[in-house]
Amino acid sequence: MTRASTVVIAGAGQAGFQAAASLRERGFEGRVVLVGDEPTLPYQHPPLSKTYLMGKMERAALRFRPEAFFVDHDIEYRAGSRIEKIDRSAKQVGLQGGEVIGYDHLILALGARNRPLPVPGFELDGVVQLRTVDDADALRGCLDKGGRIVVIGAGFIGLEFASVAAERGADVTVIEAADRPMARVLSKEMSEYFRAAHEANGIRFVFGATAAKLTGGGPRVEAVEAGDGQRFPADLVLVGIGVIPNTEIAAQAGLATGNGIIVNEHLTTDDPSISAIGDCALHPNPYAASGMIRLESVQGAVDQARCVADCLTGHPAPYQSLPWFWSEQGALKLQIAGLTQPHDQIVVRKAAQGEKEGMSVFCFRSGRLIGVESVNRPLDHVLARKLLAAGGETPTPEQVASPEFELKSWIKA
Amino acid sequence: MPNVIFVNSKGSRKSVTIETGTSVMAGAVENGVDGIVGECGGNAICGTCHVYVNPDQLSLLEPIADDEGATLEIVAAERRSNSRLSCQIAMKPELDGLIVETPEYQI
Ligand SMILES: Cc1cc2nc3c(=O)[nH]c(=O)nc-3n(C[C@H](O)[C@H](O)[C@H](O)COP(=O)(O)OP(=O)(O)OC[C@H]3O[C@@H](n4cnc5c(N)ncnc54)[C@H](O)[C@@H]3O)c2cc1C
Ligand code: FES
Repeated sequence: MTRASTVVIAGAGQAGFQAAASLRERGFEGRVVLVGDEPTLPYQHPPLSKTYLMGKMERAALRFRPEAFFVDHDIEYRAGSRIEKIDRSAKQVGLQGGEVIGYDHLILALGARNRPLPVPGFELDGVVQLRTVDDADALRGCLDKGGRIVVIGAGFIGLEFASVAAERGADVTVIEAADRPMARVLSKEMSEYFRAAHEANGIRFVFGATAAKLTGGGPRVEAVEAGDGQRFPADLVLVGIGVIPNTEIAAQAGLATGNGIIVNEHLTTDDPSISAIGDCALHPNPYAASGMIRLESVQGAVDQARCVADCLTGHPAPYQSLPWFWSEQGALKLQIAGLTQPHDQIVVRKAAQGEKEGMSVFCFRSGRLIGVESVNRPLDHVLARKLLAAGGETPTPEQVASPEFELKSWIKA
Repeated sequence: MPNVIFVNSKGSRKSVTIETGTSVMAGAVENGVDGIVGECGGNAICGTCHVYVNPDQLSLLEPIADDEGATLEIVAAERRSNSRLSCQIAMKPELDGLIVETPEYQI
């Protein structure tokens, strides 16, 4: 990319913001146009279901950087602008309202949106989802009222929300189709740990249940009805059943899409002038058993943004960052190093007597350590990240199971 | 409001006013201190807000908690005896005049 060239970034969330910042950090001298459809300065999502929802953080503290940063780094930030169309032959994006912006390189950082619940009553008042700061603001207001809350989906966001709601005095029931919480991403043992901890805090779980209908006498939801006829009264229903990647404008432009915009190891689409990063990018990942994966994490968004910024500033390298993730559910801090699914063997390590309570689950596939899930054991998490990212030999299940085993000394040895 | 002085690895200084209760990381980011990244938003899990605290003032800080201590193991630049994560330092009046050095790199 030369001094005269223009990089347009579509979507100004975690990945889009980072791409703009990283391009400047790496000395990119061309034009950087960051286009986002939200009216605010780019902001982080994780606190929205945690400290911000608790009311312990101010709105301004959510933004990545103040306005001056964009001016100082010559990043043209176009807030409240939706990209409706990509014209690949003219190398232009078309904004809502008709304006067009030409690009030499286009980075798609479109994120994902909440999956709607395809049942009658989803449109009732009091049925909510959580993705944006506006969603969180609306929820903060609702939580002040306490009452009965039903959460549909025991994934990260559902459980983070449930923890905050319970802490703020609501009566919380979580309905989940699988037989345990966070089943898609966690080992049975770690799921079990969280189930027990949430139940001890008064959260009720109903597993193996799907919501068939949301009902209300008037415009407002009054209950969730499960497929088997069980009825759960509710003043508020939070639906957290996963997300759908925003791929539409890419697909309309003829780019390959599936469960995400399909990219190669340099995060480039089948058009060499277009990359895709963050929650919308289905990319080859050396740590994924399936080969291709779409991550939904700060780590993925940030590292992919840096990878593309490197490519565009003359230092192309394939995307190979180790995935890691965290979630905060009440007093519990879950940390995951690597991709732990699918695994065929685990070793559980618990705190020794006298140590702070916590647990790590070491997950193996074909005898090789592929990831570690930790709760309240931050050292296991960071050392596992170090070990797995290095890509070398890993300890065997037998070694990890030994009472004397310590990751730290293993790494040093 | 208390001030924190950031010194980068080349020795240039910048004094920033940070509200009581706000973290040194958040104050740095809000005021355009380049040497602080703050990728995880202050969760003590990314290690990109690493600073070296003026040794004479170390005793003014709260002790290092488990998660901070763990993440200090994987900071990009060298970990020293005065290494801290700036997202875990909450500003208070007694910290007025705190001097922290930002490492050469955070990633
Ligand atoms: C409540 C919540 C809690 C989370 N907690 C954690 C956590 O604890 N740890 C963790 O690692 N991850 C967490 N995540 C996930 C993490 O926030 C996401 O993975 C990350 O934000 C992805 O970044 P992104 O830029 O790909 O997408 P986003 O941040 O969603 O940004 C995409 C942006 O593009 C905009 N956009 C979409 N289409 C267009 C268009 N056509 N034109 C213009 N703009 C458009 C969207 O409105 C949005 O602003 C959480 C997410 C949520 C919602
Ligand atoms: S901001 Fe991530 S560790 Fe401090």
